[in-house]
Amino acid sequence: MTTHTLSVLVENKPGVLARVAGLFSRRAFNIHSLAVGQTEHPEISRITVVVDVDELPLEQVTKQLNKLVHVLKIVELERDRSVQRDLLLIKVRADARQRADVLQIVDLFRAHVVDVSTDSLVIEAVGTSEKLQALLAALAPHDVREIVQSGTVAIGRGSRSITERALERVSA
Amino acid sequence: MAQVKAKPTPSTSPRPGSGATAQAVGAMPTPYAQPDPALNGVEMTGAAAIIRSLEMAGATDVFGLPGGAILPTYDPLMDSQRLNHILVRHEQGAGHAAQGYAHATGKVGVCIATSGPGATNLVTPIADANMDSIPMVAITGQVGSALIGTDAFQEADIVGITAPITKHNVLVTDPAEIPRAIAEAFYIASHGRPGPVLVDIAKSAQQATTTFQWPGRIDLPGFNSGAKPHAKTVQEAARLLATARRPVLYVGGGVIRSGASAGLRKLTDLSGAAVVTTLMARGALPDSHPQNLGMPGMHGTVAAVAALQKADLIVALGARFDDRVTGKLSSFAPHATIVHADIDPAEIGKNRAVDVPIVGDLKDVFAELVPALTVEHERHGKPDLEAWWQQLDDWRTTYALGFQKTEDGLSSPQHVIQRLGELNDPEQTIYTSGVGQHQMWASQFIKYEHPNTWINSGGLGTMGFSVPAAMGAQVGMRDKQVWAIDGDGCFQMTNQELVTCAINEIPIKVAVVNNSSLGMVRQWQTLFYESRYSNTDLHTGHGTRRIPDFVKLAEAMGCVGLRCESDADVDATIKRANEINDQPVVVDFTVSRDAMVWPMVAAGVSNDEIQYARGVAPAWEREENA
Repeated sequence: MTTHTLSVLVENKPGVLARVAGLFSRRAFNIHSLAVGQTEHPEISRITVVVDVDELPLEQVTKQLNKLVHVLKIVELERDRSVQRDLLLIKVRADARQRADVLQIVDLFRAHVVDVSTDSLVIEAVGTSEKLQALLAALAPHDVREIVQSGTVAIGRGSRSITERALERVSA
Repeated sequence: MAQVKAKPTPSTSPRPGSGATAQAVGAMPTPYAQPDPALNGVEMTGAAAIIRSLEMAGATDVFGLPGGAILPTYDPLMDSQRLNHILVRHEQGAGHAAQGYAHATGKVGVCIATSGPGATNLVTPIADANMDSIPMVAITGQVGSALIGTDAFQEADIVGITAPITKHNVLVTDPAEIPRAIAEAFYIASHGRPGPVLVDIAKSAQQATTTFQWPGRIDLPGFNSGAKPHAKTVQEAARLLATARRPVLYVGGGVIRSGASAGLRKLTDLSGAAVVTTLMARGALPDSHPQNLGMPGMHGTVAAVAALQKADLIVALGARFDDRVTGKLSSFAPHATIVHADIDPAEIGKNRAVDVPIVGDLKDVFAELVPALTVEHERHGKPDLEAWWQQLDDWRTTYALGFQKTEDGLSSPQHVIQRLGELNDPEQTIYTSGVGQHQMWASQFIKYEHPNTWINSGGLGTMGFSVPAAMGAQVGMRDKQVWAIDGDGCFQMTNQELVTCAINEIPIKVAVVNNSSLGMVRQWQTLFYESRYSNTDLHTGHGTRRIPDFVKLAEAMGCVGLRCESDADVDATIKRANEINDQPVVVDFTVSRDAMVWPMVAAGVSNDEIQYARGVAPAWEREENA
């Protein structure tokens, strides 16, 4: 099994996300992560789905997704031809003694501290899921109290836009 | 809210398929009605907009049952000149009736139910229509929009519940959206691969006032109604058909839905290939056609199953390589190159890897494949299929469909069904069935000569399908004779619709093939569970207390009830039933419970292991010669 990142452009209508997510589980596909948001066109939303699946079943799930009436377009974004990012927020217990150590790790990973209290820090990190895993590993010796992670969002490299043609269909 | 019409008004629109010679009727995309200037811009309630929209969409017959959340809509329905509403006794009956209607006529079937339990009672027919690609629109009432999400009385999230089993569904809370939602529902249901669409309409939207606006055109940017077949792949398919030595056309229900029987006939005649017609495709090619080997699959003919197993080329036409056809997938048709033509691209390569994919409506596929094959024949000459046909004919004669009388001396269910087929005119008769042994025998022993004359629940396997489906088929095809072939188990699930039939003068005929048990389950218990008959005895047949007594039950429901207990009386009873045309008829054919459906490929094993009868496996010694 390999990991695939799909960008699914959908009409911005109620229930679309549930339909897309439901289709994956119904056809027994395991969703790794899922992120959704509006695109530059308010009538189009973009769902980024990361799935662990073999090539052939991926083709099947793509075809099934295409049958959903509100799905406009599905594009697989290959790793080397796209930028893929996750957002991670980490709450670490750190008093004055440990703070320096933690801040050093934050610097090394080019992360940011977005909240400070006397005994804790909240770190914000953006990157590929591998980088974020590495950050978590580096922080493991410390007292990590809570983490929250967004789904992966991804965009193709270069000037081509995948929303353009989908928009033509919507406003045709 | 009962309908006051004494007799359903026959629709004024011409009914394709009726009359002496049945035509192939595919799922008919209703010609899209342009906005009516007399109607667009008129103020009305959302409820009235639902009725006007159904009329605009071309509906003439609808099946339903009112309740709180759909009540506003039933008021203007009472005044509709165009809509003939059949009040069913259970919403499941409305759904299956809409399916039977759609299957028999090719038109979109319509069912109406209220919120909550009314809507959930439609779940089975919707799932059934989804599996068997039946164009259907379900209209359900929903609780008022202010109450949605509050666990209100009779609230159920039917859009959520049916999302996985509809082609599309939508909740409407704004009355202005009603015409568009219904127009789109009919369009989606009948274009591309047909299927069910549910429109859930909040009671508040039905009660509110709106300005009626029928959309000037359908605007669904994400909806693909199907591609045109690709010339290159069609040519490649033609080349393969012209050069294969053991070709088989594997015909599925898609040919029937497309109304492509005439094209199939041309391809069959031109190619000389063997043809197998799946459970969903019985009648797509006449059974009297010499190249038709009958049904493939778990209870298919030996010739049909063996033809697929030994084929060097399979051209799948609107079929989906269902597990009931392929048996163990990894050993299915091991020598065959696969051409797969289907309107739904997701079917291609779903189960079996495909060598030549063709996406398109089968009517278009045949229109291009037939001339392409003619060209290939000119180039290569016609293939020599004599050895193949020798082999096929050998299987066909050695392992012909048949049955043996059981040892208990009781009537044979196969005999009853065979005689039904022989005593009824295939031009004038539509058969429906439930699910189980009687269904398989009805598929095996009745000879179908026309598409849309065999209506059954194939994919979902819904027991109880036959009576309401027959009702729907009869409403759609008033001048045809409709026989519901049912089992005693199935019949007890949905027979209440006979009340609907009696009251609305829908004179269907029901053959209850009564073996006093859940026959197919019992057969599996005989074969795979050491004859331990756990919970399959129904006490309705010979030597039982006959609870219920189907004859009395029929009479109580306003039908004629007949009973036939021996082979000797079968013909006379069928003739007697055929003479009654002003009332539904139920015949209780009490038969042996020991009869079994053969041939059989046990679940999960290779088709090569087909048994012709219990313990009798065909010999494949001529394989090398093929």
